[in-house]
Amino acid sequence: MQGTDRLSRKRRRKNTMAHMMFAVSALLSILVLIILLADLIRRGAPYLNEAFFKNFPSRFAAKSGILPAMVGSVWIILLTAVIAIPIAIAAALYLEEYAPRNRFTNFIKINIANLAGIPSIVYGIFGLTVFVRTLGFGRSILSGALTMALLVLPVIIVSSQEAIRAIPDSLRHGSYAMGATKWQTIRRIVLPSALPGILTGIILAISRALGESAPLLMVGAFSYVSALPSGPMDSFIVLPVQIYTWMSKPSADFKDVTAAAILVLIVLLLTLNLTAIILRNKFHKTFE
Amino acid sequence: MAHTVLSRRLMTLAVLAITLFTLFFAAAGAMAAPASLSGDIIIDGSSTVFPITEAVAEEFRMTHPDVNITIGISGTGGGFKKFLIGETDINDASRPIKDSEAEAAQAAGIEYVEIMIAYDGLSVLVNHDNDFVDYLTMEELNAIWKADSTVRTWKDVRPEWPDEVISLYGAGTDSGTFDYFTEEVNGESGSVRTDFTPSEDDNVLVLGIAGDKNALGFFGFSYYVENTDKLKVVKVDSGNGPVEPTFETIKDGTYSPLSRPLFLYVTKDALAREQVKAFVTYYLTEGKALIPQVGYVELEDALYEAELAKLN
Repeated sequence: MQGTDRLSRKRRRKNTMAHMMFAVSALLSILVLIILLADLIRRGAPYLNEAFFKNFPSRFAAKSGILPAMVGSVWIILLTAVIAIPIAIAAALYLEEYAPRNRFTNFIKINIANLAGIPSIVYGIFGLTVFVRTLGFGRSILSGALTMALLVLPVIIVSSQEAIRAIPDSLRHGSYAMGATKWQTIRRIVLPSALPGILTGIILAISRALGESAPLLMVGAFSYVSALPSGPMDSFIVLPVQIYTWMSKPSADFKDVTAAAILVLIVLLLTLNLTAIILRNKFHKTFE
Repeated sequence: MAHTVLSRRLMTLAVLAITLFTLFFAAAGAMAAPASLSGDIIIDGSSTVFPITEAVAEEFRMTHPDVNITIGISGTGGGFKKFLIGETDINDASRPIKDSEAEAAQAAGIEYVEIMIAYDGLSVLVNHDNDFVDYLTMEELNAIWKADSTVRTWKDVRPEWPDEVISLYGAGTDSGTFDYFTEEVNGESGSVRTDFTPSEDDNVLVLGIAGDKNALGFFGFSYYVENTDKLKVVKVDSGNGPVEPTFETIKDGTYSPLSRPLFLYVTKDALAREQVKAFVTYYLTEGKALIPQVGYVELEDALYEAELAKLN
């Protein structure tokens, strides 16, 4: 009996140890985030005033602002969304609803999944050669947005495919039974039901596009612009590039300005991700 | 149905609002000073020259808000690649154009003007706690940095110095700073020992040297100016006694040979455009006062006159 007791105590001790180990791991990752955020807030908060959002970058830390970078990022993201979303949803619909199940379709699907894993700089090089030089769009918002659209296409396609696949066939069959055509079924039943899932993918893709700097630097984002872009053919700067430019300045004050800009970017990203989570939760509820 | 009527009304309102806004801004634009310049100026090139060009662009914008100046940081060499296929108007350069680049310009039919704008003093630095290194001769620097260097410890440089291993930090191989330092110290651009810590980001070098008791490194003067409390600058002796890099010694040429000129390269086609000529003129007149503010050294006034003359 004593032997079993000892054995069970040993097992329990192991259990406690494992429990603690996992708790510490979880805490550690949160701790790192908290330290990072605390440091950013401590350094960046003094610079987060109205002028910071209204000013252009300056050689004086106190007068520096992120207006052109914000406007540039918004331009890039909106245009990327306009280009990528219709193509991505159309591709997902084709692959899930129309494409015959054969080797060629599989080949396309595997390729799309692979594209999602390609380093972003490769898209940058492609964008520079094709959009900037060959098609002659120059170092413009259009070139940047087209490159970003290619970058996020696979992400949206894959998540849209999953959302469409998750819709029970009974819904489709119900629609057909009422005499609806395939297109009517897709437009009135499949798309609306899959929408939350598709939106989640779109938002995650957009937040990826918001944080990317390498491909945009390659395509020709500038480090300083003196006028706000007013059209898709204008030159631009985006938030991550502005952060990079400030970070490499010699003066210590600019480290704090950098922290302020990083805070803005993090808040934007967290907001986007939060929206994605809320939408996903809503999506789960619909089908349970 | 009520829903569609409402949205139709909203649409009409929106269209009206947009039209009004456009009219308002168009009118405001038309009323603004008519003599003001407009158009684009596309600049790319050296990250060393960027802070100066950025400061000048910032001030130029106050008087000419309609001129859109864009500045990129592709490095001197990367910038020239764009400059030589006509993608940019001005290239910021931390070294003179190379023969191969000049040939490429000729082949592409691009004519340009070289304009000297400022000096930078390549500074040699050690850790703040280093109390034995006061100055280094060019020969000693060469012995430390040359490609087949056998120097490992401070003692290998001078027998009275401690027998501790030197850790070397330097500008990354893609920078004009690296090209210039190796050219002056080792006699050949790009020739250097390979066991040093390189970084394109000078702030990384500052951190590295500040945290390493036996560090020795080099980078641009402006990064030393901002970190005088963390680093100790080493005087350099090129035969006329040890000289410390300061605004004065770099300007009057006594900090030699490690002080280097910085340039703008402007295409002649671009100079024919009013706003580009106005910008470069501003750079060499009012703009030069901004140069010390961002940690670089002004040229003598007579030199600016000479550079201005090149514009015509």
